[in-house]
This record gives sequence, C-alpha cells and structure tokens, in this order.
Amino acid sequence: MVLHKIKRLLTKLGAGCVNKIWRLGAGGRLFWLTLLSSGESFRRFRLTIREVYFTGVLSLIIILVSAFFVGMVLALQGYHTLQKYGSSEAIGVLVALALVRELGPVVTALLFAGRAGTAITAEIGLMKATEQLSAMEMMAVSPIARVIAPRFWAGVIAMPVLATLFSMVGILGGYLVAVPLIGVDEGAFWSQMQANVDWEYDILNGVLKSVVFGVACTMIALFEGYDAPPTAEGVSRATTRTVVTSSLAVLGLDFILTSFMIAM
Amino acid sequence: MERTTIDLWVGIFVALGLAALLGLAMKVGNLTTSSIGETYIVTANFENIGGLKPRAPVKSAGVVVGRVGEINFDPKTYEAVVSLSIDKRYNFPKDTFANIYTAGLLGEQYIGLEAGGDETNLKNGDKISQTQDAVVLEKLISQFLYSKATEGDDKASKTASTSTETGGDALDASPLDKIGK
Repeated sequence: MVLHKIKRLLTKLGAGCVNKIWRLGAGGRLFWLTLLSSGESFRRFRLTIREVYFTGVLSLIIILVSAFFVGMVLALQGYHTLQKYGSSEAIGVLVALALVRELGPVVTALLFAGRAGTAITAEIGLMKATEQLSAMEMMAVSPIARVIAPRFWAGVIAMPVLATLFSMVGILGGYLVAVPLIGVDEGAFWSQMQANVDWEYDILNGVLKSVVFGVACTMIALFEGYDAPPTAEGVSRATTRTVVTSSLAVLGLDFILTSFMIAM
Repeated sequence: MERTTIDLWVGIFVALGLAALLGLAMKVGNLTTSSIGETYIVTANFENIGGLKPRAPVKSAGVVVGRVGEINFDPKTYEAVVSLSIDKRYNFPKDTFANIYTAGLLGEQYIGLEAGGDETNLKNGDKISQTQDAVVLEKLISQFLYSKATEGDDKASKTASTSTETGGDALDASPLDKIGK
C-alpha cells in the first residue's frame, strides 16, 4: 500500500519533470523559429511598430507613475538611514544607483509582465482557440513571422526604453522628495550622484539587463500563449503562468546578470 | 487607430527613451566628467596601495586630471604597479611625486600628483619614481601605540616590561619541563 503510494508519487514527479523539460525545449524551439523568421517580419516593420504601441506606449502610464513613487519612497527611506550617519548628501547616489542598477530594470520587467505580457498571452491564446493561427497556415502565411516575431521584437525594443524612463522619472521623484521636501543641498545631490554613477558600469549595464529581461518576458508570454490549450480555461491558466514564470525568470536572471556584472 | 497616430506615438515613445538615456548619461552619470579625451599612460610603483581601485581619480591640486588604469602586482619587486591615464592637456615634470590619499575619513582612495621642478615632462610609458604609499590604518595605530609606549614614561615602560616578563615565564614554564625536572 505504502509502496504503491510512493510509486505513484515518483511517477507524478517524473511526469512533471519531463513535462517541464519538454516545455523548455518547445520554448527554445519557438525562440529559435522566431529569430529565423525575424528577417521576414522586418520586411513588414509596420507590424512591429504597431506592437510597440500596444506593449510600450500603452504601458507608459503605469511604468511612469510607479517609477515616480518608487523614487520618492527610496529618497524618504534612504534619508532616514543615511541621516543617522551624517551623510544625507549621499541620498542622490543611493537613489540613482538603486534605480539605474536594480530597480529600474527589475520593477519595469515585473510591471511589463503584468501589463503587456498577460495581454500578449491572452491575445495569442485566443487567436489559437479561435483557429486564427491555423487559418493563417492554411493561407501559407507563417503565424510565427506574422504574429509572434513582431510582438517579440516590440517587447525587446519597448523594455529598455521603459526601463530607462523608469530610472529617469524615479530619480526625478527622489529629487523632489530629497531637495524641496527634506532640504538636502541641491548641488551635493547632483554632484555626488555624478561622481559615483558610472556611464558604462552602471547605466549601460542596467540597459543591458533590461534588454535581457525584455527577451525573457516577451518570449515567455509568447510561448505560453502559443502553447495554451485552445479553451477558455486553458487561456486563463496560460495567462497566470505567464506572470508567475516571467516574474521568477526576471528575478533569477537578475541575480545571474548582477553576479557577472559585479565580478567583471 | 489611425496608422499615422500610432507611428507618432511610437516615435514619441522611442524619442522619450533616448532622451531619458541622454539625461541619465549627462545629468546622473559621469559621462561628461569622466570622458577625459586623449590620455597618456604613466606607471608608478607602490609598496602598498591600500584600497586603491581601478578607475579611481588621479588629482592634482584637487582637480581630476586622470584615472587609475590597471593595477598589477610585480612578482620580482613585490610592489604594486599602477598605471595612470592622464589627460593629454596636462603635462607633469619628470620628478612628479605620486601619493595615495584618502578622501575624507572613510572615503575612497585616489592618487594625488604633486608637480616637481624638472624641465622635461612625463611621456607616455614613463615611470613615476617618487611615490608614497597609502596610509594603512592598522599601521598608523600600531605606530601610535609604539610611540606612546616608548615615550620614556617610567611607569609605562615598567608595566610593559613586567608584562613581557611574566608572559615570557609563562611561555618557558611548559608542563613538559616540569615533568622533566
């Protein structure tokens, strides 16, 4: 009886593992196919521009408002701690480094997964459920070049732009709290920031991070939609999985990228 | 939505992103201050560089004139070889003195150059021969304690000597000796 239970448990574990690996492989295959058909989709670049509008421009408001509040909270919290050590002028460095190196790319990616990733998954899942993708194949139009690749490149373009805007607006929020509200010296705020934030090591690495997150988030969203069972329940589950997987992937990738960047 | 409207919005979006990147580079980062046009490289040997790091500033009279490039260890002389890339606009005489200073009490370390009086200037690949090491806090404290101890204060020296004597006794009188006796 117990043996039987253990056997069943192990079988379940094995099936789960095989399923995960299968999905990873299928995702990798879709990624490769997307890259292969990118040239074809670039010939109709208007499709990509349209998707940049939907994933990027329409995400602007949530990204900018969050950035503003994140920056303001960072300045308040940072001031509270720095003031104990008598170095409240370093608040500019703290806010800028935290935003440019970490919070900008990561929070943007998390918000992007929730705002744009879910939309992509639901849209493609529904296209699949209503057999639009099959219809395209029937007409000898590759759904990967027509539907998947433009959305992929739109995400890859939109994410760094959003992350840079996030950092900039966050720093402005931090400035508004630190200088007019708390009364930190304005000159020290900017000059210390400029002295300690490096263009290549901090800013460009942050942009690089956001590009990687853009690839990961968009690809996960596309794959979940493309792979969703063609039912209402299947699409809803796929949408949930998009958010969970993207968030975990972003945080995991962030650790790996940061460890490489700091070691360099 | 109209095609041109979408194009316009995407254009604004991308332009905003580029503007933010430019803003980060100019206002937040040190692209404007750190990009020291053309540079020439000189090296300097130090016995101890303390916490000096690559890309630390090289200052003369408090003005940043260059950056620290590579820091290597010379296995023959057991010294640190620091290469300094200095702005081409600034020339320093051959007998320039290179010190490692600390900004503030706990701040970062930087290299300070003090110009000498030589007629010829440092060229690319030259070596600065006169250097002064970083001040290591532990050394400073031990020097201070040592000088305090040897100030000639009778009482202090007495207690110091007695303490060493007792310490010595304790070391000599190992249990094995007692057994032997």
